[in-house]
Amino acid sequence: MKNLKTLNNTMLVWLKISVFLLALIPLTKLAINAYTDNLGANPIEKITHVTGYWTLSFLLITLTITPLRKLTSWSWLVRLRRMLGLFAFFYACLHFSTYLVLDQFFDWASIVKDIVKRPYITIGCPAFVLLIPLAITSNNRLTKLIGGKRWRLLHRLVYFIAIGGVVHFWWLVKKDITEPLTFAVLLSALLSIRLFYFYAKAKRVN
Amino acid sequence: MTTYKLPPIQPSEITPRDLFYNRRKFMQLAAGASLTALLPQTGFAGEPLAGVTKSTDRLIDELTPLKDITSYNNFYEFGTGKEDPAKNAGSLKTRPWTITVEGEVNKSKVFDMEELLKLAPLEERIYRLRCVEAWSMVIPWVGYSLAALLKQVEPTSKAKFVECISLHDPEQMAGQKSPTLNWPYKEGLRMDEAMHPLTLLAVGLYGEVLPNQNGAPIRVVVPWKYGFKSAKSIVKIRLVEKMPLSSWVEANPQEYGFYSNVNPAVDHARWTQAKERRIGDFLKRPTLPFNGYGEQVAALYAGMDLTKDF
Repeated sequence: MKNLKTLNNTMLVWLKISVFLLALIPLTKLAINAYTDNLGANPIEKITHVTGYWTLSFLLITLTITPLRKLTSWSWLVRLRRMLGLFAFFYACLHFSTYLVLDQFFDWASIVKDIVKRPYITIGCPAFVLLIPLAITSNNRLTKLIGGKRWRLLHRLVYFIAIGGVVHFWWLVKKDITEPLTFAVLLSALLSIRLFYFYAKAKRVN
Repeated sequence: MTTYKLPPIQPSEITPRDLFYNRRKFMQLAAGASLTALLPQTGFAGEPLAGVTKSTDRLIDELTPLKDITSYNNFYEFGTGKEDPAKNAGSLKTRPWTITVEGEVNKSKVFDMEELLKLAPLEERIYRLRCVEAWSMVIPWVGYSLAALLKQVEPTSKAKFVECISLHDPEQMAGQKSPTLNWPYKEGLRMDEAMHPLTLLAVGLYGEVLPNQNGAPIRVVVPWKYGFKSAKSIVKIRLVEKMPLSSWVEANPQEYGFYSNVNPAVDHARWTQAKERRIGDFLKRPTLPFNGYGEQVAALYAGMDLTKDF
């Protein structure tokens, strides 16, 4: 697999375009189903669930990049990370706007009540808000401006966001926790790998 | 028996298109009824039910389309997704079917489905259905008051509650292979709630045999309570002295109470109950106390603290 360790620029561009198009598939499917009236009896609930599902999925995919890069030594993987993270933010925005516009229709009093009284929204709302600074500081100029060290520190927020997102899903579900449990197991694995590398590195330094 | 008054007809009311369509459908059905009455009843979903008295009470609400009523269901026996029951309920065998009625009664009895269909005249009842998940529908059920069945077995003075038990057969109900709830599904009503004329024993909807995903072949419909109180695919009814433990109370007593009357003032932990989305609507509408049936049923709860007995 030595040839996969490096990737020339042309291949990287094609890879990025492919990932970009793949990441738009859930939205395309949603749009087609909306257009053909195939979102079921409760379309707003369906859109909320689908966009929420893909927000969590892209968060986990983004968190897979670093461990996968370490395991495979495919250093170019990191070049896909920003786009995947921004797709997580993109689907989170769709998810949040679905709630704000389609579900609540700007009923601010009801939204505030939700945030205060429904635990799954109490945790989901800050998880979304915390994604905003990460998205803003994702471009090269701002990354340089705040400096690599501070940037890395800031972007560690993603661990808490992902945990918040999975808990949000878990607390929403009435009884059948199969899906949130799957997300929780995957996230635990991704975070454990990081802990493992962190301690391994600490040991080497000592 | 307490008399009850149906919601008054609004003078400004214009017959909604769906209702009008439904009326035409019933006229077509009536034409075919004499024919179908001669044929042996097989009881499959979608077959017309003969001899149904058309509802004269008209809600101002538009009927929810049949497609939505039969494709968006909470029926965990067939899976927890809303579309699962429509996909999986084909495996349910609705004949032969019996309901055993027993407990604090003078004449416990096993009723055969064919007998149940003839026990009382079939009526159409247009009811609102309010799910605890804050969505709602308007459904033209077919059936008769549960009281008609209960009177047959002569409840004793010890009969204070009615427990309805649904079918437990993982071979037919694939969702029961997972311990989502403690199967079989159990629901309960207080005796006066069960005997209330609005409490329906339903065998059909839209003039046709009840589709499997809607609780075939026979279910209870209690329109002033959240949907889960209306047990589906019932095989046993027990009249008991003590308040029975219903499945959702057993699963999560903090979130679900025995009474579970539709109450906009008492929120569920996950959903505000102040508003609801009627299936097919964009904007939510305010939820009515007792789902709009307060005039008929509020007296049943006189003197009770409904925030405590939720």
